[in-house]
Amino acid sequence: MSTPAESTRSVVIEKVFPHPPEKIWRALTENALIAQWLMKNDFEPEVGRKFQFRFDPVQGWDGVIDCQVLIVDPLNRLSYTWGSMGLESVVLFTLTPAEGGTHVRMEQSGFRPDQQQAYGGAKYGWQKFLGALEQVLGGLK
Amino acid sequence: MVCAVNPAHANPVFRALADPTRRAIFEKLSRQGEQTVHALTRYAGVSQPAVSKHLTVLKRAKLVRHRREGRETHYRARPDALAPVVDWLRHYGAFWRDRFDRLEELLERMEG
Repeated sequence: MSTPAESTRSVVIEKVFPHPPEKIWRALTENALIAQWLMKNDFEPEVGRKFQFRFDPVQGWDGVIDCQVLIVDPLNRLSYTWGSMGLESVVLFTLTPAEGGTHVRMEQSGFRPDQQQAYGGAKYGWQKFLGALEQVLGGLK
Repeated sequence: MVCAVNPAHANPVFRALADPTRRAIFEKLSRQGEQTVHALTRYAGVSQPAVSKHLTVLKRAKLVRHRREGRETHYRARPDALAPVVDWLRHYGAFWRDRFDRLEELLERMEG
């Protein structure tokens, strides 16, 4: 059922849940329900809304994930930024009807492109950077 | 479950690499091996003091090491310092798998 896939550029988790998209969408977008499976939050399904996920703090980390809603496409797609420890990533949920239920795909990636002008005039987003260093990273595994 | 990749170790690396110029310097050193500050400055098109400042941040994050030879300082990448980034990806892989299991349990409990 579960087909986890990882690369050096993104984290992808996919699963078919034996439930209709409407029910899954509620679990992804109602903050009381989100708290039951993901974590405490003040999410609202409005594009541009800033919100936080809160974990119990640990030494050296306040337990806060700073987010902003990017996409609210009911029953189809939900996306928000996920900022933690100086690294901002993007989380995207995609719902697709599947036999016997709904296919849910979560991808955390797309490290946002930088706004500032980069070294040598080039734009070095995280994604490009990690892609370029894939071999280096691969050597660590 | 704590959602952090040993932040004390990851933070300096993420902070150092949050800057695109530093990422580019690190990438150049990773791809092309040891470079002098002068060579990096020529490539950068920014001032040598700016490049030196960036190299200091990378050095603090243990992403580069340097050696002096005569009047030149040579820098090279320490790719093993990227381990926290790899850990980050592994961590979130495990994190989301766990949360998907919890989502499934929640869906079972929900009406309709």
